[in-house]
Amino acid sequence: MSALAVKDLSVTFQGASKGFTAVRGISFDVAAGETFGLIGPSGCGKTSVLRAIAGLNTNWQGDISVFGQPLAAGRRITGMLREEIQMVFQDPYSSLHPRHHIARILGEPLSIRGMSDVTERVRGALDQVGLPAAVAQRYPHQISGGQRQRVAIARALLLKPKLLLLDEPTSALDVSVQAGILNLLNDLKTSQGITFILVSHDPGVVAHMCDRAAVMKKGLIEDILDRTALSVGG
Amino acid sequence: MLEPLLSAEELSISFPSDAGLVSVVDRISFSVGHEILALVGESGSGKSMTGRAIMGLLPRGAIMRARRLVFDGKDLATRSSADWNALRGTGLGLILQDPRYSLNPAHRVGRQVEEALLLHTKLSAVERRERALDMLEKVGLPDPKRIYASYPAALSGGMGQRVMIAAMLINRPKLLIADEPTSALDRDLQDQMLTLLRSLTEEFGMGLLLISHDLQQVSRYADRVLVMRQGRIEEEMTSADLSHAGSPYTRALWAARPSAATYGTRLPVYEDEQ
Amino acid sequence: MSAIEQARIGGMSFGWRMLRSPSAASGGGIVMFILAVALLAPFVAPYDPNLQETANRLMAPSAAHWLGTDGFGRDILSRLIYGARPTLLLVLIVALLMAPLGIAVGILAGFFGGATERILMRITDIVMSFPRLLLSFAFVAILGPGLINGALALALTSWPAYARQARVETGALRQSDYLAAAEMVGIRGPRLLWGHVLPLVLPSAVIRLALDLSGIILAAAGLGFLGLGVRPPTAEWGSMVAEGTQVIFDQWWVAAAPGLAILVASLGFNLLADGLRDILDPRHA
Repeated sequence: MSALAVKDLSVTFQGASKGFTAVRGISFDVAAGETFGLIGPSGCGKTSVLRAIAGLNTNWQGDISVFGQPLAAGRRITGMLREEIQMVFQDPYSSLHPRHHIARILGEPLSIRGMSDVTERVRGALDQVGLPAAVAQRYPHQISGGQRQRVAIARALLLKPKLLLLDEPTSALDVSVQAGILNLLNDLKTSQGITFILVSHDPGVVAHMCDRAAVMKKGLIEDILDRTALSVGG
Repeated sequence: MLEPLLSAEELSISFPSDAGLVSVVDRISFSVGHEILALVGESGSGKSMTGRAIMGLLPRGAIMRARRLVFDGKDLATRSSADWNALRGTGLGLILQDPRYSLNPAHRVGRQVEEALLLHTKLSAVERRERALDMLEKVGLPDPKRIYASYPAALSGGMGQRVMIAAMLINRPKLLIADEPTSALDRDLQDQMLTLLRSLTEEFGMGLLLISHDLQQVSRYADRVLVMRQGRIEEEMTSADLSHAGSPYTRALWAARPSAATYGTRLPVYEDEQ
Repeated sequence: MSAIEQARIGGMSFGWRMLRSPSAASGGGIVMFILAVALLAPFVAPYDPNLQETANRLMAPSAAHWLGTDGFGRDILSRLIYGARPTLLLVLIVALLMAPLGIAVGILAGFFGGATERILMRITDIVMSFPRLLLSFAFVAILGPGLINGALALALTSWPAYARQARVETGALRQSDYLAAAEMVGIRGPRLLWGHVLPLVLPSAVIRLALDLSGIILAAAGLGFLGLGVRPPTAEWGSMVAEGTQVIFDQWWVAAAPGLAILVASLGFNLLADGLRDILDPRHA
């Protein structure tokens, strides 16, 4: 069973006058445990695909199935599926709530599910991404960009997802910080057996991380590159 | 040997704060000739501040000190803002990261491209337009007449960047400072932009100070490279030597780049990640 | 992290930043002073504000009566001190009613969009199109005069601005990654609005509130001036000015003293708001 099966996916945005079709009926499959890339120039639709899978944009048509369970178009994702699909956003500065301290950012998803010993789990989550427990008391603006992204990754992993969507996870970071984050992501993938869908415009990142990648342009998939093809570029 | 265009000796920039004086650039010395010199470093290295200091665009409150800071025979350390204005349109040019924030959306492109000529030369309107169209063609824009008459909103990111280059080069500055000129662009546009800058630099006999965080980009397009780290110059070398640099920091920075070759391996991480 | 970032982050607590800004400090000082005077009125006022000494009516400022006496022989200074109480009480009630109401309407409209937004915004527009003071008078005319009714009237006519602001900000937030990230971990509904949207909408609402308060003081004084605020003989700045206008040419101090108090209070809140805006504005690193 594939981790993700996408068939004839179309995503349209309602503009002021007419709609804009960002994705025009694409299909692809991702095997469990793979890192699958979505690459292409800006405006090609890769982020729209990601957000549709994430359930952030429910305005799509077609079929999306995650580990055999279909997503319902037009409806938000609930239940087990909501925990199994998680996302790391591009700019940690704008995905971590500036007025919440880290303990709350990591603790809230757990406490709303009635889990016990939230403090312990938060510490464990921070430990998992290589951050000291003291970070829990800080606010996002008090920690560095690399640390913020680690918190974002820790949050994405809290609910033990099977599919992790990564939207340019390192493009806002310095090269050396990026190296640490990419290493972390790969370590976590191996230890927890997660499937990654990675959107990136950096050919080096794609060549380093991805097993396969779909090249998109103007809402369509032009080509699916396998490892051999990827190892040529970047 | 030719006198360098820009010469900096023991340049320091600091900011007052509650914790005392914070040093952002700490006594660096370098020179730029008729070449492409890259200032490369991560955030906090001081590379952008250095660029701003040379343009006289340091933020308010910044304290700059230098034993020597000379451009084209003129002392930069003690200029009034009137002097700076005279210098910026003629001898010095600046290209910034995002053309959307540099081009005024309310004015037509042609007018903005000509602006330096309007302020600093006595050319007639017809002559200015000629030069503007010529420049727009030189930067590789198709249909210069149409672009001349358009507003910035009608341009794509790549086109906007070319327009900005045209605007900056129209008065043939001697030194161009480009501060992360390509980070807002897609990969293939980045290459086009830098190739254009390189050819124009050669054609006009200018110097180009390229400020970037991208080591690989710099290795392909610059002649010499200055690696900055925490306000100091870590190392200086030709771009060809970047891949086998001397200092462990530079080597680590070079090796930390992900690529097809690093697939399946851990990327080396320099020890003191803050 | 760059050195500059670190320097800024090691920064001051809110309290220190308040003191650093001259507007916030002076405005805050004035407001605190008025507050203290109002709270300590029984200890600070030299006379009973309602004590009438008809033999000493309309006396000029003197050693015995620093600000003179009014038409009933009551000490103006004492009335001024006691008069701070209804003024501040009214400002407090208005603030506590108008801001939460407006913010709630705005957040709901901005978050849910669609029909909810349209309906709520039309209601907002309708209320906003009435001249504030006139509508307040109408309310008070229906409900009867008195402090609470006056406050209610002002609050019910002043919330639209908060609703509009909150709606715009919430609408912008809807696109943001903060809310998207919360959605991903299943945080939604009231928890999302209260814990995630509200904290981001609050700072500009607080600034608007501080700015509004100076206007509210003037509006309250206006109500009092027209006899629609507190009932006599309770001392209140607005009604004091009304009484003073009858003798303004000969005994100008009777109107001038409360008028000055209104001015100073209004100024204090204005300065405080200015200072607060400088501090709370997120664009200010």
